[in-house]
Amino acid sequence: MSYYRPAFRHPNLPANELGYTVEHYEGGLSTLCAGCGHDSITAAIVQACFEDNIEPSKVAKISGIGCSSKTPAYFLNSAHGFNSVHGRMPSVATGANLANRDLIYIGISGDGDTASIGMGQFVHCIRRNLNMVYIVMNNGCYGLTKGQDSATADQGSKSKAGSVNMFHAIDLASLAIELGATFVAQSFSGDKAQLVPLVKAAIKHNGFAFINVISPCVTFNNNVGSTKSYDYVRQHVEATSTIDFVPPAATITANYEQGSTKQLKMHDGTVIALHKLEQDWDPFDKLSAMTAMHKATIKGELLTGLLYMEEESSDLHSLLQTSTRPLNALSEAELCPGSKILEEINAGLR
Amino acid sequence: MKPTDIKNPEYFHKVVDCQYACPAHTNVPEYIRLIAEQKYSEAYMINWDSNVFPGVLGRTCDRPCEPACRRGRVEKEPVAICRLKRVAADNKGDVMKYMPKGPFKSNGKKIALVGAGPASLTVARDLAPLGYEIHLFDEQKKGGGFMLSQIPSFRLPETVLDEEVNYITGLGIHTFYNTYIKSLKKLLADGYDAIFVGSGAPHGRDLPDLKGRKEGAANIHIGINWLKGVAFEHIKKIGKKVIVLGGGNTAMDCCRTSRRLGGESVKVLVRSPFAEMKASPWEKEDAMHEDIPILDNHVPTSFVVENGKLKGMTFEKVKAVYDDKGKRSLVPTGEPEAFYEADDVLIAIGQENSFPWIERNIGIDFDKWGMPAVDNITYGSSNPKVFFGGDAAFGPKNIITAVAQGHQAAISMHLFCSGMDIKNDRPAPMVNLHSMKMGIHEWGYDNQVTNDLRYVVPQNDKKVTLKDRKKEVELGFDLPTGFKEAERCLNCDVETVFTENRCIECDACVDVCPTACITFTQNGEEDDLRSRLKAPALNKTQDLYVSDILPTKRVMVKDEDVCLHCGLCAERCPTSAWDMQQFFYNVTKAPGICKEEMAVN
Repeated sequence: MSYYRPAFRHPNLPANELGYTVEHYEGGLSTLCAGCGHDSITAAIVQACFEDNIEPSKVAKISGIGCSSKTPAYFLNSAHGFNSVHGRMPSVATGANLANRDLIYIGISGDGDTASIGMGQFVHCIRRNLNMVYIVMNNGCYGLTKGQDSATADQGSKSKAGSVNMFHAIDLASLAIELGATFVAQSFSGDKAQLVPLVKAAIKHNGFAFINVISPCVTFNNNVGSTKSYDYVRQHVEATSTIDFVPPAATITANYEQGSTKQLKMHDGTVIALHKLEQDWDPFDKLSAMTAMHKATIKGELLTGLLYMEEESSDLHSLLQTSTRPLNALSEAELCPGSKILEEINAGLR
Repeated sequence: MKPTDIKNPEYFHKVVDCQYACPAHTNVPEYIRLIAEQKYSEAYMINWDSNVFPGVLGRTCDRPCEPACRRGRVEKEPVAICRLKRVAADNKGDVMKYMPKGPFKSNGKKIALVGAGPASLTVARDLAPLGYEIHLFDEQKKGGGFMLSQIPSFRLPETVLDEEVNYITGLGIHTFYNTYIKSLKKLLADGYDAIFVGSGAPHGRDLPDLKGRKEGAANIHIGINWLKGVAFEHIKKIGKKVIVLGGGNTAMDCCRTSRRLGGESVKVLVRSPFAEMKASPWEKEDAMHEDIPILDNHVPTSFVVENGKLKGMTFEKVKAVYDDKGKRSLVPTGEPEAFYEADDVLIAIGQENSFPWIERNIGIDFDKWGMPAVDNITYGSSNPKVFFGGDAAFGPKNIITAVAQGHQAAISMHLFCSGMDIKNDRPAPMVNLHSMKMGIHEWGYDNQVTNDLRYVVPQNDKKVTLKDRKKEVELGFDLPTGFKEAERCLNCDVETVFTENRCIECDACVDVCPTACITFTQNGEEDDLRSRLKAPALNKTQDLYVSDILPTKRVMVKDEDVCLHCGLCAERCPTSAWDMQQFFYNVTKAPGICKEEMAVN
């Protein structure tokens, strides 16, 4: 019987620049079903944070309710965390972010938490370009309540019990682009080679970074006829691009027959190389990205990779011109400058 | 790489590091589990089947299993496999009821065993139930060979040895003790169907040409002869100042015995550096614990004798120098010779085979060093009726090697006496693989890995043990400690078995594995693959378990090196592509061949 992980680790685990091995980025042992896609996404976050030398205590992980929202317990044990109310993760993330802009915010949500009860929160968070990573672990069903279709279940997709979904699916990635999200990616839990660089890029992005990850529910939605099963996704996935992180001095030597390579400079100076695999798509052109996505939907394909990105993104703090220092780093005099200043402000508004 | 052939029993056998390293391939994890279940008799019998002398070996084995133990690669120290064997032996109940019982139906064949050491006794045990009339010859007053004459009682109480020798002789063996075989030719003429030579390596090496050797002879002794004299109580005391020459386990036994026979200032002087001494580390520790200094890098140059009385020895100090190929030479440091006082000197610098009793014209080929030509699989010699085993076959090794060779020689002798081919008709090992799955999170073995460090075996107070040479130094684990030590075993025989066509490549096993053993990646050559895994697979003595090509064109690669056999991969696998299966491997012994024959008939 084991809800228990042995304490021993591989003696030759590499350490990152902070001197930590990947063990430092682990969380508790998952209690999700064996084979759950969510655990792979968790592992991708662990790997991305480890490889990017992120100090775990500089991360805040925030979630709502659902299988997906349990996962912050399974990564970065020494990070800050808040398991909030169903669908209300964006509000809590917004509040936390405005109070302390120095942390990295990783919001974890599911298709129920985002596309149903939390839809209003989701869209407004996008509008505000809050500087955070927003990951939806999307399995197309309500796993915690025995697998009813969620709002992202595809029309015609068959449930484990045999019923066929009659409603249109909400396409979260298209919606995010439509609403002005500045970083939109889509991936598959079973493809860490793609997902890990996407998480890294999302962390580096200055603004709202959305990743919709198809994550099969092995217990309720991995049957024949489901469009979110491991087999179906593997057969219908179409990667738009691959991403490499390159040291600034290195040159890119890999050759891709189709598409092209573009170097992107992130706001912290890191360079990422985006290798396009599709000819008629430009991830820096909203219209082109939208067209590509609609075409894929018609063909029944799932486009993955970095779908759209706005290179010059201004996050909520710069829009609101907030303090450059977190609130907890301000002195009492700065936070409460006194009645004289208040009168000046009031006078300015008259 | 090609997909791993797990149908080949040697693949999983190698994963069970301890069992693989044991010359007799004792099923170590199985007996350790039985100890944890307080089934001491059953644990004893697993041992008895493979190594014949669990009580003896639980105290004296050279333990090749322990350096191999996976636990030593995961944390600091291996499981105390050897001393757990003693726990089984000390706490067993009536084991006679599990052993074969005579009288056995005669098969009309008669065999002779020369020497009653571990190799011959193993042959006797394996062949007696098959109906052979077995004649066992030894010059000593009872069975045990060097286990009796050379291992001091404070390490191996005589009662423990006698009990295990008696289990064998009780199978109806005709023992001829106090009988030295002077001629193999004559023995052959006595009409035996086959003869086994297990006469050991009885000749202790000397330093005949060292200055003063003759003059000081009265106080200079050959280590193994001296130990034998002590064991049979011909020798009861030694001088106050003793020098022991040599760095092997015999030297350790000599110096520790000297301390019990009146030696107050006992020193060991050895040519090689301390770290390269042949003695087992724990035996060196035990000697030093008894206030015996070990002075390394000392090459003896003379015995100093004054007025016909030994005064001491002189030594040249050397240092070890290694050439490009790592070959060692001992180079004098140029310091003045060192003199150490001694009333007695014990020479324990090695032992050799000696076959003055084997005529050179009876069809047995000998090489230029006087060693018989022996096949290392059949243990047959160039005379088809004569087999060798133990130290007599390939020079001095240890008890467990002698036992392993005895098993193989017994198989050959049985095949030979049955008119079969001793090379081609050898039996395959008995193997079995069965799932340990009992529920979603439940396994038929205790899969939780404890974090306990190795427990130390308690010892008797040296004030007591140094006064009485028969008082055993080690006390053995008490049962609660034995249980905790047994729990340190990683159950390496419960194998991770992968079934490609069930795998949906969800990565659950990769993510959960605590020691980063599993990777799904593009196939490649072994060296390339080893460098591309989740954690680099630097230990090339440990295999990679590679699957066939999976639907995403990748392969599953598992580095066996530091797998904890915790079963988390199988527990997190939604499709049971991973399963934990107990692997049972047992070297088929002579009685097993007969069972096979009976099964066929």
